[in-house]
Amino acid sequence: MAKPAHPPADVTHALAPEEALARARAVAAAVVDPEIPVLTLEDLGILRGVNMHEGRIIVELTPTYTGCPATLAIRLAVETALAAAGLKAAEVVTQLSPPWSTDWITETGRRKLKDFGIAPPARRTAGNALFEDAVVACPRCGSTTTRKISEFGSTACKAQWRCEVCREPFDYFKCI
Amino acid sequence: MRQANFHCAGTAPGAPASALFNYVLGLADDALVLGHRLSEWSGRGPSLEEDIALSNLALDLIGQARLYYSYAGELEGEGRDEDALAYLRDEHAYRNLLLLEQPNGDFAATMVRHLIYAAFLVPYLQALSGSADHRLGAIAAKAAKEMPYHLRHAAEWVIRLGDGTEESRGRTEAALGELWMYTGEMFAMDVAESGLAAQGIAVDRGTLKPTWEAGLERVLSEATLRRPVDGWMQTGGRASQHTEHLGRLLAEMQVLHRAHPGATW
Repeated sequence: MAKPAHPPADVTHALAPEEALARARAVAAAVVDPEIPVLTLEDLGILRGVNMHEGRIIVELTPTYTGCPATLAIRLAVETALAAAGLKAAEVVTQLSPPWSTDWITETGRRKLKDFGIAPPARRTAGNALFEDAVVACPRCGSTTTRKISEFGSTACKAQWRCEVCREPFDYFKCI
Repeated sequence: MRQANFHCAGTAPGAPASALFNYVLGLADDALVLGHRLSEWSGRGPSLEEDIALSNLALDLIGQARLYYSYAGELEGEGRDEDALAYLRDEHAYRNLLLLEQPNGDFAATMVRHLIYAAFLVPYLQALSGSADHRLGAIAAKAAKEMPYHLRHAAEWVIRLGDGTEESRGRTEAALGELWMYTGEMFAMDVAESGLAAQGIAVDRGTLKPTWEAGLERVLSEATLRRPVDGWMQTGGRASQHTEHLGRLLAEMQVLHRAHPGATW
């Protein structure tokens, strides 16, 4: 990304508060997940709020998994995007409660995941039964004749599955 | 590690700060010590999938530890952050359960330890989610969503190993026998923790024992294994009296931070 010749001026207080908040929300919502770059924070459902507090914009994010290394990268990406949009009096805070659920991934997000080759998460039912697995459709051929290879995959949020029809391995976004 | 900013600390009124600090520190040490033990498998797992799985389990626990440590540091109010609490305390300041510092042993022993603890931690975190201390409740509610995957993974392996070959069964049985004396400590509470439980901040551990026993029994019976008979139960971790294994774990975990204080990359 080319650096602008002059860094943008801070416009946080030049704008009407509603306008600054709307801009901040749009900027934060459009930041993409570093691990799954087709998903925005809006798609993931981790942007919990954008508010004004004592003249500063407070962006609330919730982590997907507590140990997810992408959390810090996302936070930095939001801070950078806000500054680039001239919103410098801004702060990103972590909001743990209520805990994030894969049910918060939007319909658009679920479609993007599937197009990217990741099977979207099953809807949350009554908790996680000890020995039950969701029915997972292959994101490539759509077959539900699929098999779990491992509950744990390349990132904390994914499991490894394989399609028994088209024989392709694929990632499944785990339901939490 | 970078300190996260949090909204709404929400400490329950009336709780003595030091009791709450010690309690949260114990939860943090439990998560970090077990997380570190699991991370020792990284690059050494019995298969690629299992190597990834063990590292993922470690990551969850270390993530949970960070949330607890950050909160503990704020409760103490003496400027110690999560790194100071994790890297700059010696073994006689650590408050983790003895079960969690036991060496990994073979893969069966690691899975048996994980099953024993996850079968306890899942209902424990669910109960702690309703804590009168909202910050603690929020951390527990978050962790409670991650731990069922741990329980399921460990349960599946214990069933496969227990009901497996003579060799795998023998090793699983031996691990169960060796670790059993550390299970009693999961349900032990000191006066301070009991006081917090009475205020609805901590969880009365004893009330969870039937749930733990039932969950464990279900897995062990499917694994055709018998639950060991309760005998002498070794405790002391919460009072910072540890087995010889914790010192070595901390030595390896802390050496870099102590050799290069404040180093970042």
